[in-house]
Amino acid sequence: MSQSAVDVPPKGGFSFDLCKRNDMLTQKGLKAPSFLKTGTTIVGLIFKDGVILGADTRATEGPIVADKNCEKIHYMAPNIYCCGAGTAADTEAVTDMVSSQLRLHRYQTSRDSRVITALTLLKKHLFSYQGHVSAALVLGGVDITGPHLHTIYPHGSTDTLPFATMGSGSLAAMSVFEAKYKEGLTRDEGIQLVAEAICSGIFNDLGSGSNVDICVITKGNKEYLRNYMEPNPRTYVSSKGYSFTKKTEVLLTKITPLLERVEITEVGEAMEE
Amino acid sequence: MQIFEYNGSAVVAMVGKNCFAIASDRRLGVQLQTIATDFQRISKIHDHLFIGLSGLATDVQTLYQRLVFRHKLYQLREERDMKPETFASLVSAILYEKRFGPYLCQPVIAGLGDDNKPFICTMDSIGAKELAKDFVVSGTASESLYGACEAMFKPDMEAEELFETISQALLSSVDRDCLSGWGGHVYVVTPNEIKEKILKGRMD
Repeated sequence: MSQSAVDVPPKGGFSFDLCKRNDMLTQKGLKAPSFLKTGTTIVGLIFKDGVILGADTRATEGPIVADKNCEKIHYMAPNIYCCGAGTAADTEAVTDMVSSQLRLHRYQTSRDSRVITALTLLKKHLFSYQGHVSAALVLGGVDITGPHLHTIYPHGSTDTLPFATMGSGSLAAMSVFEAKYKEGLTRDEGIQLVAEAICSGIFNDLGSGSNVDICVITKGNKEYLRNYMEPNPRTYVSSKGYSFTKKTEVLLTKITPLLERVEITEVGEAMEE
Repeated sequence: MQIFEYNGSAVVAMVGKNCFAIASDRRLGVQLQTIATDFQRISKIHDHLFIGLSGLATDVQTLYQRLVFRHKLYQLREERDMKPETFASLVSAILYEKRFGPYLCQPVIAGLGDDNKPFICTMDSIGAKELAKDFVVSGTASESLYGACEAMFKPDMEAEELFETISQALLSSVDRDCLSGWGGHVYVVTPNEIKEKILKGRMD
């Protein structure tokens, strides 16, 4: 039996076992599946005391909205957060992986993580996969050297900017930033501007929608305002609900009673010297 | 023809009050020909955790066997069952490992966590988790299922009402999809029992 048949936890990284079979299926005329994308409007800006990140909450699968309230602002370190656009699995996997690497690095160096460290780890990974890992990220955080905001493209290039937008709604959001951004914004002004930029993405871009998530990072403190604004509530909800005129016909019923789960705590003796 | 439309499938899971329900259709086809009407898409991982897999049937079975294997190893090491959230992360990791040559199936995971709090989630074929508080759908009938569940779902339903709702949503959606149907298979799980029911549907 070949090694790949035994599913022992591998050393890590991608496995290309099924590529040949999938190619064969594609050649026979079966089209490959579409992945969950995050359409998205993600933004970041630097204000007087730190960084504010914002994102919408819609996840799409082709033209269908798969998730009306997903989380696009990912945790990287206590002082660093990252918004992700592109293929949802890629953004989640890449940010989780770099977040773990940063934690190990913190244990080794006994220092808080720097934004530039996260940036370098992300761009190295994305470049080595030549854009096939389709993750476009807005990385922001405050470290010992001050507030930083970066954008990372799927091929591995990065930009360092005072305000940034990514995703399908980036043009809508950037127009708001270009018109209203100025240096030295206060916290409330910054949050207001970010919310406005995300809303412009939500209302004008079809790939973005639902609610606004905001994350404010300052020196030594972070605030994750999940669903800060909900500009799209369900307008008409019938109080009666749905009533079924005809009951479903059941052919067979099998009831398996479950035994109550009993916690066994062994009272052991203390270890003797 | 899309790869997911080769065998045809419909899976849906819904959250109720301290219970959950997971349902699937029963057809197995080879494009437009039906070859089985009792195909098992939902499998039990442990008493309070079920996984329904839609998509290419061969990958459904392979992935299920791999997941049962990993869960049994976990049980031996940890001497307890896996929590639903942990299991979802495991499935996501296994699917993402094959990012560039993926398993051609979409799982729907449903379980009761600590304090009997129901947990449901679905993923695309490369492991992007999508947690929901109300319902999740997957399969060729997914677009109809989205519509039906959106209309019929109410929060905090008891087990009986939840069963009726999920069955009606499933049957009405698969009736509008040629590739899925031929009856339904519903599991309603409460902290004390698992109720498995087979539904009578249109056999066309």
